[in-house]
Amino acid sequence: MLILYVVTGAALAASLIASASRTLAALKLAAVRLARVLPAFGLMLALLAAAITLTPQETIQRVLGHDSGPLGVAIASLIGSVTLMPGFIAFPLSGALVEKAAPYMILAAFTNTLMMVGVLTYPLERQYFGRNVALIRNGVCLLIAIVAAIVMGLVFGEISL
Amino acid sequence: MKNRTRRILQLVLVAVFGVFIAGSFVSGFAPGREMGRTFASTLLEMAKLLPCAFILIALFDVWVKRETVERHFGEGSGVRGYLWGVVLAGMSVGGMYVAFPVAYSLFRKGAALSVIFAYVGLAGVCRIPMTMFELSFMGPVFTVVRLGVSIPLVIIFSVVMGRVLQRRGYRITE
Repeated sequence: MLILYVVTGAALAASLIASASRTLAALKLAAVRLARVLPAFGLMLALLAAAITLTPQETIQRVLGHDSGPLGVAIASLIGSVTLMPGFIAFPLSGALVEKAAPYMILAAFTNTLMMVGVLTYPLERQYFGRNVALIRNGVCLLIAIVAAIVMGLVFGEISL
Repeated sequence: MKNRTRRILQLVLVAVFGVFIAGSFVSGFAPGREMGRTFASTLLEMAKLLPCAFILIALFDVWVKRETVERHFGEGSGVRGYLWGVVLAGMSVGGMYVAFPVAYSLFRKGAALSVIFAYVGLAGVCRIPMTMFELSFMGPVFTVVRLGVSIPLVIIFSVVMGRVLQRRGYRITE
């Protein structure tokens, strides 16, 4: 996080030295654009808060460690798709589940969809890409995430062809 | 629905949520309070990150020439465009919500749609901080398999998607 502030500060300083008027224009642009997406962000955070509260971590843990078949992959993908969770929470959680003998395939389905598929970011994405493209993009990313999880199951010997 | 109408609708929904949270705090409804706290803490996280991201994007818009973007990310950039897409995705911060405004900026500067979709898709695949966490908790085999499967598939999909949409005169909006 600190590095982001340093980079932004340095970029702003360099820009100011080069041209104050252009820098001002950039700041205005940033403010206008941010303001335009704030409602979608607010909605996303509200949905996220609801989702987190209604599905506590213990539930996620129990579900992910439970079923190892195709149903497990489906459920894990569903949870991953509808949740937004930063990597520094998701991976320690998955790491702990590995220790408890949860299959890699299920955890892969969860973390892959978590990173690639965004149901909660959909309102925002639609604003930029339009409904159809946002839907197709997320659908295909879901498929890719599941394919990667199945390959993971093969590599770790949890399933066989 | 127009984007303006949509924004108003979104604001109304957020306001409804706010009333619910306020009501929960007043009446002592525990899940509602919990939601409010989660909302506040994620909002704080975003507030730390978003201004920086949007300032950097705007500086990019003001300073980087269209020709430069076209040369490295444009239709004629070939494989190099996708390599830049991977690099840019690896360096991105936050989540997908930062990738969308970046995509919009790249689009306005003349980047090819397929390269933009590759960047957005890969932002969900190979952000460096996230991958580091994965590496340390899940082990190298896990990470290598995931990247090895996801990166090529995302790029193939982006090429197809970009070509189809380019022909239809598709535009990324704001």
